[in-house]
Amino acid sequence: MAITPPAERLWWKEPIARGELVWIVIAFLWGLIMFGMMVWWHLNGQQNPSNESYRIDPLVFGERAEAMAEAYTVREDGDSGIPVVHPPPGSDVYMLARLWEWWPSLEFEKGQTYRLHLSSMDWQHGFSLQPNNINLQVHPGYDMVVTLTPTETGTFSVVCNEFCGVGHHTMVGKIYVVDAGQGG
Amino acid sequence: MATTTEEAFAGRPAVDARFRICPATGLKVHLAAQTLIKANAVVAVVFLAIGGLFGLLVALTRWQTIHILPAEWFYLALTAHGLDVLLVWIIFFEVAILYFASAILLNSRLATPKLAWVAFALMLIGALVTNVAVLQGDSSVMFTSYPPMQANPNFYLGLILFAVGTLIAVAIFFATLVIAREEKTYEGSIPLVTFGAVTAAVIAVFTLTSGAIILIPTYLWSLGFISYIDPLMYKLVWWGMGHSSQQINVAAHVAVWYAIAALTLGVKPLSEKVSRTAFLMYILFLQLASAHHLLVEPGLSSEWKVFNTSYALYLAVLGSLIHGMTVPGAIEAAQRKKGFTNGIFEWLRRAPWHNPAFAGMFMSLVMFGFLGGISGVVLGTEQINIMLHNTLYVPGHFHATVVAGTTLAFMAITYLVLPLIFQREVILPKVAQWQPYVFGVGVAGISLFMMGAGTLGVSRRHWDINFTDAALSFDYPAAAFLMLGLNGLCALLAALGGLMYVVVVVGTVLFGKKCEDGPAKPLEEGPPIGTAAVSSYGSAGTFALPGTYVLVTVFFTAFVLYYFVNWKYLSELWPMS
Repeated sequence: MAITPPAERLWWKEPIARGELVWIVIAFLWGLIMFGMMVWWHLNGQQNPSNESYRIDPLVFGERAEAMAEAYTVREDGDSGIPVVHPPPGSDVYMLARLWEWWPSLEFEKGQTYRLHLSSMDWQHGFSLQPNNINLQVHPGYDMVVTLTPTETGTFSVVCNEFCGVGHHTMVGKIYVVDAGQGG
Repeated sequence: MATTTEEAFAGRPAVDARFRICPATGLKVHLAAQTLIKANAVVAVVFLAIGGLFGLLVALTRWQTIHILPAEWFYLALTAHGLDVLLVWIIFFEVAILYFASAILLNSRLATPKLAWVAFALMLIGALVTNVAVLQGDSSVMFTSYPPMQANPNFYLGLILFAVGTLIAVAIFFATLVIAREEKTYEGSIPLVTFGAVTAAVIAVFTLTSGAIILIPTYLWSLGFISYIDPLMYKLVWWGMGHSSQQINVAAHVAVWYAIAALTLGVKPLSEKVSRTAFLMYILFLQLASAHHLLVEPGLSSEWKVFNTSYALYLAVLGSLIHGMTVPGAIEAAQRKKGFTNGIFEWLRRAPWHNPAFAGMFMSLVMFGFLGGISGVVLGTEQINIMLHNTLYVPGHFHATVVAGTTLAFMAITYLVLPLIFQREVILPKVAQWQPYVFGVGVAGISLFMMGAGTLGVSRRHWDINFTDAALSFDYPAAAFLMLGLNGLCALLAALGGLMYVVVVVGTVLFGKKCEDGPAKPLEEGPPIGTAAVSSYGSAGTFALPGTYVLVTVFFTAFVLYYFVNWKYLSELWPMS
């Protein structure tokens, strides 16, 4: 029994029943397929995590975000006091996370590609774009660059999904996507 | 009395007074080990009750129409919930299992019982210190305590004390194996269950060391002696403890599955070689699991992520897939030998479903595989993680593994530990009989509905998805609120199951009828176990296991379909790299 010593002292020499062997081979091959899927998707898939990131001083990141907002702000987001920025397609775009807001709001053009920089000014935060459900971790001191191409127009919300203190649940940001050439 | 007789045996220590012979199994039970097993198990159950209550409050807060706790209390309760059930309940119970699998199953004395009490005290003090820090309200940093968010120094200090105590207990386990071998208390190789416990203990050394490596500097940081803890480095090392320690649980509860199957049905492993090799794969590959929490993190390459998150070509997953077939397979073989040979599933229909130990074990097996295993592999796929990271899908997954898998298995074996170690008849047998079903169904619901909410994007660790006080608003789909409501209902059911368990255990320990001559009812219908009975192979004579093949085929089909459905969803996201 499983709670008594095995009958054969040399248990590693015993034969394996056919049924077990078949399952082991199937399970092993399935593991290879699943491993291969991740590699294959990097070569052929469109949705992969970013591999570009830099160490950065939060103050420097904040300055870059403010410089971008100064140049390309198009309006205020409701009466939140947060600017909406419409950056040129293809450019470097900054969204910073801090207790407890995403700053600034962004306006993208559909079908255009942006280099979205994400970083935190203080604690860790979670960039959770809804309702698409794209979720990325945001660290202080690390600048993650995500090359992103919105494929649909509309209003998208950035929920914070990394616990960041008692105001965590109030931390919502916005990304607006308009047709190419529109907005601004 | 026995001591004087023993002294007649020249050169051998007089040990027999320290033992009793278990009337049900014929095993020699070291009384000091027995007391330690009792103490660790009782403390475990107390913390399960406390942590479970916090969990219920969390679920009732996330049920938006009830929303029982204010924000500060919600995050405090969530921190305490993770701490008390994931760490304290499970590790205390695992220490009891380690002592059982070494001293009791090997008919040996436990090494240094006095030091084992020191370990017990350190763990208990550590657990209390951290709990007090959390309840004071300045350490609501979640169980993971990611910097730069900082807790009260005592939060980390308690965890360190707890880890040191556990390391001592693990060392005592290894020392007991050495003693048993030296004193030749068993013949041949150690039993499979003990082999599984060795696996758990080896992984425990790795994970507790990881914990010490990161928590000691973090403690010094909270005291002001270190100025900076890199948040990414913290996560990498912390999850070397946090996730890899879940593999202690897996190894331990798989060992418990084998133990319950053996004690209730006299099950023999189909093949010792296959089952032991599967355990070995845990040791070799499970340590890579830290990557599961770092898949959408900056600063780590995809090469690193893909290799580590897959446990190097899914070799540790292979270990679990093997156990998932060999455990039901061994049960089927044992049942068929007893004459339940009609059709494909008579062996399963005629299994002892009225016995809470067996019922809990089998539900743990099925739910760990179907809910926890499949969701874990999908969640741990590098690209698919983009859709699921930090959503409620994550707690949905790990409630299926740690609660439906580990906790339910531990509850199940309690029903055997009570008569065998506490030597008490289980009180309220009807309540005990229903307990695993009530708890199991509740937990299955919790897991499924949290996973459902997660696929709808609902964040974990979030007080209010109505965003009532937020400057900018967002509305989750109505289905998300429905999922959280159903999750709350299932949490009530699971809490009821937990309460039934605590009542039965505490009631039995305090008021159960003493059964020092063995349990009134035999544990299994079959020949008595006896020390001399060594196992031969469960597959001998019954090579065909059609029921198990059907179960495995259903499982594999579900796995493959669900896996590729998630790739389909992923392909619809905005292109990103």
